[in-house]
Amino acid sequence: MSIEILPVLEDILSANDLVALENRQMLDEQHVLAVNVMASPGAGKTSLILRSIEALRGCLQVGVIEGDVAGRVDADKVAETGTPVVQINTGGGCHLDAPQVRSALQRLPLGEIDLLFIENVGNLICPTGFALGEHVNMMIAHVAEGDDKPIKYPGMFAAVDALVLNKTDLMPYLDFDLEAFRTAVRALNQDVCFFQVSCKTGKGLEAWVEWLIRQSR
Amino acid sequence: MHELSVTQSVLDIVLRHAKQSNARRVLGINLVIGELTGFVDDSIQFYFDFMSKDTAAQGAKLYFERIPVQVRCHACGAEYVPPNSRLWACPECEALGSEIISGREFSVASIEIE
Repeated sequence: MSIEILPVLEDILSANDLVALENRQMLDEQHVLAVNVMASPGAGKTSLILRSIEALRGCLQVGVIEGDVAGRVDADKVAETGTPVVQINTGGGCHLDAPQVRSALQRLPLGEIDLLFIENVGNLICPTGFALGEHVNMMIAHVAEGDDKPIKYPGMFAAVDALVLNKTDLMPYLDFDLEAFRTAVRALNQDVCFFQVSCKTGKGLEAWVEWLIRQSR
Repeated sequence: MHELSVTQSVLDIVLRHAKQSNARRVLGINLVIGELTGFVDDSIQFYFDFMSKDTAAQGAKLYFERIPVQVRCHACGAEYVPPNSRLWACPECEALGSEIISGREFSVASIEIE
């Protein structure tokens, strides 16, 4: 039997992208704005979500999908605020994918939700490769991880619509070079909306929350 | 770790195309991987060997064509490969700011069948 080369030309992530598209349609039908929240572990993803929930109370109804390798620590914190939340445990997986988000969407009261945070697994590499059906991609960086992160993880910094720099209250104790950081970000992404906040003190959060409200309109 | 789930997608695509062509066996798989995707060759081959057991693709060799990251300068339009671990500045005009034009590819280009 002869050997032949068969052209395939098929995107490996097409199965995921197809489900992401269905998720997006489901969200659009229910008028939900979905925000994919990405960051390294410990950057303050849950803290920023909790702060945003607090600030948006009476203005936008928030829902949350929590993605973690294990446990429901984050989901419990969100649930305490009375916000609808679903925990996804990836069991070792380093990112969320569209099928996982689809199953979570089916367990949320989407009709009541205006703004959905999808907290991705803490990781600066993999989450950008997997569409979930989100409208907005955002990431959180923080001053304690150093100003060189855009240079080390260009794929993520280039892919986001918004960047929140957290833990700015720690700035006086660290050698974080804000100008170098901003320059490196600008080299990768000129359109990114940049916010400096401290989830600890609450400083800078108004601008972020106002931006979220504008996106949801 | 995410190579596990994408390797399943690779296997699904390969087996579907092999079946459509009535192939008896898949000998090789040509993958195209952009440098920005972060997928690791050895890891994909490792999972593939494990997952393809008792399928028409068992024993198939994976070939990886790596596509370098390439960007187009917003200021002067020059296309360049950004330096690793340094600021992405244009080598022609030194401007910051560019559009990524390659490096996010991830596809099955072709398969060798018999």
